[in-house]
Amino acid sequence: MPGKLKVKIVAGRHLPVMDRASDLTDAFVEVKFGNTTFKTDVYLKSLNPQWNSEWFKFEVDDEDLQDEPLQITVLDHDTYSANDAIGKVYIDIDPLLYSEAATVISGWFPIYDTIHGIRGEINVVVKVDLFNDLNRFRQSSCGVKFFCTTSIPKCYRAVIIHGFVEELVVNEDPEYQWIDRIRTPRASNEARQRLISLMSGELQRKIGLKVLEMRGNAVVGYLQCFDLEGESGLVVRAIGTACTLDKLSSPAAFLPACNSPSKEMKEIPFNEDPNPNTHSSGPSTPLKNQTYSFSPSKSYSRQSSSSDTDLSLTPKTGMGSGSAGKEGGPFKALLRQQTQSALEQREFPFFTLTAFPPGFLVHVGGVVSARSVKLLDRIHNPAFVGIMGNTRSYKLLDWNSFNSDEPETRDAWWAEIRQEIKSHAKALGCHAVVGYSESTSICEEVCILSASGTAAVLNPRFLQDGTVEGCLEQRLEENLPAGCGFCHIPYDELNMPFPAHLTYCYNCRKQKVPDVLFTTIDLPMDAAVIGKGCLIQARLCRLKKKAQAEANATAISNLLPFMEYEVHTQLMNKLKLKGMNALFGLRIQISVGENMLMGLASATGVYLAALPTPGGIQIAGKTPNDGSYEQHISHMQKKINDTIAKNKELYEINPPEISEEIIGSPIPEPRQRSRLLRSQSESSDEVTELDLSHGKKDAFVLEIDDTDAMEDVHSLLTDVPPPSGFYSCNTEIMPGINNWTSEIQMFTSVRVIRLSSLNLTNQALNKNFNDLCENLLKSLYFKLRSMIPCCLCHVNFTVSLPEDELIQVTVTAVAITFDKNQALQTTKTHAEKSLQRASTDNEELLQFPLELCSDALPSHPFPPAKEHLESASSNSGIPAAQRATSVDYSSFADRCSSWIELIKLKAQTIRRGSIKTTVTVEKASPVGEGNFRNRSSPPCANSTVGVVKMTPLSFIPGAKITKYLGIINMFFIRETTSLREEGGVSGFLHAFIAEVFAMVRAHVAALGGNAVVSYIMKQCVFMENPNKNQAQCLINVSGDAVVFVRESELEVVSTQQPAANCQPSCTGGEVTT
Amino acid sequence: MTSELDIFVGNTTLIDEDVYRLWLDGYSGLWGTVCGCRFGGAVVLDGRAGRARMSDAVALRVRSGILEQTGATAAVLQSDTMDHYRTFQMLERLLHAPPKLLHQLIFQIPPSRQALLIERYYAFDEAFVREVLGKKLSKGTKKDLDDISTKTGITLKSCRRQFDNFKRVFKVVEEMRGSLVDNIQQHFLLSDRLARDYAAIVFFANNRFETGKKKLQYLSFGDFAFCAELMIQNWTLGAVGEAPTDPDPQADDMDMDLDKEFLQDLKELKVLVADKDLLDLHKSLVCTALRGKLGVFSEMEANFKNLSRGLVNVAAKLTHNKDVRDLFVDLVEKFVEPCRSDHWPLNDVRLFLNQYSASVHSLDGFRHQALWDRYMGTLRGCLLRLCHD
Repeated sequence: MPGKLKVKIVAGRHLPVMDRASDLTDAFVEVKFGNTTFKTDVYLKSLNPQWNSEWFKFEVDDEDLQDEPLQITVLDHDTYSANDAIGKVYIDIDPLLYSEAATVISGWFPIYDTIHGIRGEINVVVKVDLFNDLNRFRQSSCGVKFFCTTSIPKCYRAVIIHGFVEELVVNEDPEYQWIDRIRTPRASNEARQRLISLMSGELQRKIGLKVLEMRGNAVVGYLQCFDLEGESGLVVRAIGTACTLDKLSSPAAFLPACNSPSKEMKEIPFNEDPNPNTHSSGPSTPLKNQTYSFSPSKSYSRQSSSSDTDLSLTPKTGMGSGSAGKEGGPFKALLRQQTQSALEQREFPFFTLTAFPPGFLVHVGGVVSARSVKLLDRIHNPAFVGIMGNTRSYKLLDWNSFNSDEPETRDAWWAEIRQEIKSHAKALGCHAVVGYSESTSICEEVCILSASGTAAVLNPRFLQDGTVEGCLEQRLEENLPAGCGFCHIPYDELNMPFPAHLTYCYNCRKQKVPDVLFTTIDLPMDAAVIGKGCLIQARLCRLKKKAQAEANATAISNLLPFMEYEVHTQLMNKLKLKGMNALFGLRIQISVGENMLMGLASATGVYLAALPTPGGIQIAGKTPNDGSYEQHISHMQKKINDTIAKNKELYEINPPEISEEIIGSPIPEPRQRSRLLRSQSESSDEVTELDLSHGKKDAFVLEIDDTDAMEDVHSLLTDVPPPSGFYSCNTEIMPGINNWTSEIQMFTSVRVIRLSSLNLTNQALNKNFNDLCENLLKSLYFKLRSMIPCCLCHVNFTVSLPEDELIQVTVTAVAITFDKNQALQTTKTHAEKSLQRASTDNEELLQFPLELCSDALPSHPFPPAKEHLESASSNSGIPAAQRATSVDYSSFADRCSSWIELIKLKAQTIRRGSIKTTVTVEKASPVGEGNFRNRSSPPCANSTVGVVKMTPLSFIPGAKITKYLGIINMFFIRETTSLREEGGVSGFLHAFIAEVFAMVRAHVAALGGNAVVSYIMKQCVFMENPNKNQAQCLINVSGDAVVFVRESELEVVSTQQPAANCQPSCTGGEVTT
Repeated sequence: MTSELDIFVGNTTLIDEDVYRLWLDGYSGLWGTVCGCRFGGAVVLDGRAGRARMSDAVALRVRSGILEQTGATAAVLQSDTMDHYRTFQMLERLLHAPPKLLHQLIFQIPPSRQALLIERYYAFDEAFVREVLGKKLSKGTKKDLDDISTKTGITLKSCRRQFDNFKRVFKVVEEMRGSLVDNIQQHFLLSDRLARDYAAIVFFANNRFETGKKKLQYLSFGDFAFCAELMIQNWTLGAVGEAPTDPDPQADDMDMDLDKEFLQDLKELKVLVADKDLLDLHKSLVCTALRGKLGVFSEMEANFKNLSRGLVNVAAKLTHNKDVRDLFVDLVEKFVEPCRSDHWPLNDVRLFLNQYSASVHSLDGFRHQALWDRYMGTLRGCLLRLCHD
């Protein structure tokens, strides 16, 4: 019984009128946690009730504290009929569970109803008394800190970066349960919100356990996503990077949170019970059994239902006890000594971080990505159907019996993809993948799983020696040339995984660099950049025949490689057109719809000083004899050349001329290409050509051999640069702009267009899609014109195809103003300064041992793959290779392609996946259960509403983050049956998004924070049925709640700072009533 | 390709002052008939459809030259306008009770912007207020808004907003005690200036003063507001306490109703004109004092009895509601017009009125000095304000 949750309901305000007769409301409040409910008195006849309740106390297990949200329901008392619900507030109490975060949640929270939206506010105070739990079999992971931020949080220092953690849980989607036919939409929405809240809570707890196992105390770059698979269920999955963080500037070295088990675990004697879980869990959390959350009484199947990397990859036989051990965190931690755990970590040497302390990143190989098409289909799964029959009636109580294979299936899918990513990285001579992320796109029963990251070499000596001192020394010794080291190729130039054009680094002249570099990470702080960066997008649509199930999946997998190729070509062309040579923050999204596929790639182009100057783009006609044609071609050529010149000026790209460089006009060398290659990245075939004077050879040739190609060239030229005073990028920091001023404006914009269904062609589609994106950007520039000069940072486009002829694009970004005068200076020192500022705090960040593979030698950085893994991924070594078809027949899925997008990609390197033929295993079926939780909770505010800033960036310009209060992860559903009355779809969604922002802000304010950083809208699923006057929308957002102090105020505050650190309650305290 | 849905939501709510003005002025953001959705929200501004399909608001923005300044397209402008309009529509509910706007959590708006939103929302058009000033704020009047809209050229939507504002403020402060202006300021967070104007509007609506007669057309809202303020300060129940800042909790210190007792008492003033001796004495006192100081002395002398009779009779009649309503008509008929026909300069009017009120103190037979001062003090101010072309 390690925790006591205390809740006090203070007052309400602005309640809706529930009694027409009196125009007043008789409100009371139900406070529910787990299965315990308390009620306040009824406050008669008031729209601003003052309950001022006693403290309601819940004595609960800390596992429940982590999983369950506090649920507050405001009702209108009715003597004669059922009480009417006014609305609810879900409060995630997780931030109260670790010591440095908030100590109290107190404030005004909007009362939210899924049908009516926000209806008044309620003032609530929540506290938790946590007792140390010495139970070694604990299932909770209180004390592990979570951060959405994909870099080391500003006021922490990374002691050790342990590595990749992932988990997923599955459940049946309440929306698709039979009971949904008879219950109200409100009840159904609430069931869904609550379920997801529980599931995400559980997921976070499980991830926390894994982190504790690794002896970490935090997860950085935590990304949690929902897959709404419809009939087949609801998946909540998360990935992150486990770290041991040390709080900076606190006088005493930070110890793991008071209750952090990591400390205790070491002292716990080894327990010989080989499978402790079955015993321990039941008694320790009796409440659980009555809920349908994942109960601790884990049967064996239950355990395997949680996603576990090792499990899914290891042969089942002989691993029984091992896998069981896995679930019992501490036990396992003991069981496996460091070497072992290191081994395990290296299973996937992935990092979700996108920014690193200097010295961490040695070389960057390029982008690696993998996609796979899967069928979600439970109807054809006999096993499932059979079990379904038996369990329907009490499914809420016991899913375990039949859904256990569910997460396993999903796990296996992801494991497969991760293996592929890993092997791609290996092929690039890299032993790690950074900036790693995963995503899905679902349409009916087809699901595309995607993963991508940047293959990288991390300092090998970091890997050997985990001590801080060692690292520092080595870094000094090594003395990598500043600003270009990461560009140097990690692979063997004589044995390149793909044809590439190498030169000596333009910066240090010692090492080879590729001519173009694509990555998914942020621009490293010390990178030498010339000029400014800009947002580059590739957009693509492909029609697809409507089809069912396997045929559909096959069609999609056949299309994917071509899409990837074209997206890549477009990116490359646009990059050249901008006169730049590297892409950062690359994110490629492929979305699937009923009758089309859409690809949208966004990245930030920059000119890296270390890389060669990109050549121009040369157009070649196929029929050189035709005079007018020739003329046309030359006209186009001129336009392109002009555009390049203009862009160079616009982005201030003036690389210093290099003496030995022969600057010639870009004369294309005629090359033999297959048609597929009509636009081809430059590549010289002979390695011997690699030298500094290759300048004239890297012209980029576009062969105009048909109308398609013509279209492509036109589309290249249609992208309009932002109006003057505007810059945009999708990374954290705009290369070349440093002196941010403090004004920021975060926004979300959503557009849906309906395509005219007649005679859709690929070209028309492309044009529509292109126009949609361009118009959207234009609108943003117009709306934010008052902020000029400003930069749109972290521009995040999401595209989805909600219906046949609908395309939805959602953009979230932040506009930041900057000081124009200083911004004009583009010297590197400035860039560095800004970067450092952005990364805030400390040089101490440098000290960065990586506990990646304590037992591995640099030459042998990967643990020997288990055999079956080997077979699954054998093909991945060389991207160009056809995927081994031998693989598992148990899966239908078509692993269609994974591509390595390193430096450049030859057509041959794109490989089609083999189609595997069986159906049995991959059925997705719903059901899993779990407790998810989502911290939906509404916000609060003090009497005068405090300003809460929101930003997708990890920092706030002109301010210093002094404290992280915890993760915000909220899920909302809004539904209406009076769409027209609410202003149509636009009115409905506009109001909903504004409400979501409000609830996030209120939650942060209640924690005592004044900003949300690393904010992201992970999902915005909008469905409408105008004929029925109905619409529904689901939104999932997350971020880190923080306290920041303006730099101007910092001096004043600095003296108080230490106090604030050791007395975390200070901010919270003020909030209490 | 048609746009189904198009929204922009900022963490800090964007407020474009120009668009807000268009919205307040009642220009339509839509060119369709259905709000916001499928038919209305779609923007088809390709070359062929052109401007014909722009909404009024967008057309006005285009005319302001914004496209040239920013290089935006009409479609962008339409989308932007719609976003703002939606925001304003959502804010409107809150603007009906401005303190809610301050405490609400849905829109994060800097305080200065909140103040601007409120102030502009409650601002009204001179032309409109003149039409409804003194009218009962009832459904009946609301029905006449069509005509007012046609007459003034103010859009019906804007007329409705202004009318509803008047009515809303009226309803809220109607039953309240304490200073009318303070109450309005407290409940609607208006600037001092605007709160005073509303106090006048509420006061006029409550007492139903006639302001629409043709002979009153020359008067501006400012003239009436000025009079209203004087009357509120001196003639209402709230004024009885002498010190409005120190309201007696027991006193029924409402600012909206004229002090009935006071109006009753005003009958006593009749003696000033009914008693021939008193009237003559009064006249001689005034004439003696003003001889040589007035440019229109002879006219004054000739007219004195008429004027005095007019002013005193107005007072005596105020017991009847009907006559209260006609107060301004009477004042103009009985005093302003005679003065005007004789071309009294404003300064002479002032001298006369001062002397006319002051001389009463020297009338030994007259016992209602305090009453006279309370009446004339206010009336003097009003009359001076009313005397212009």
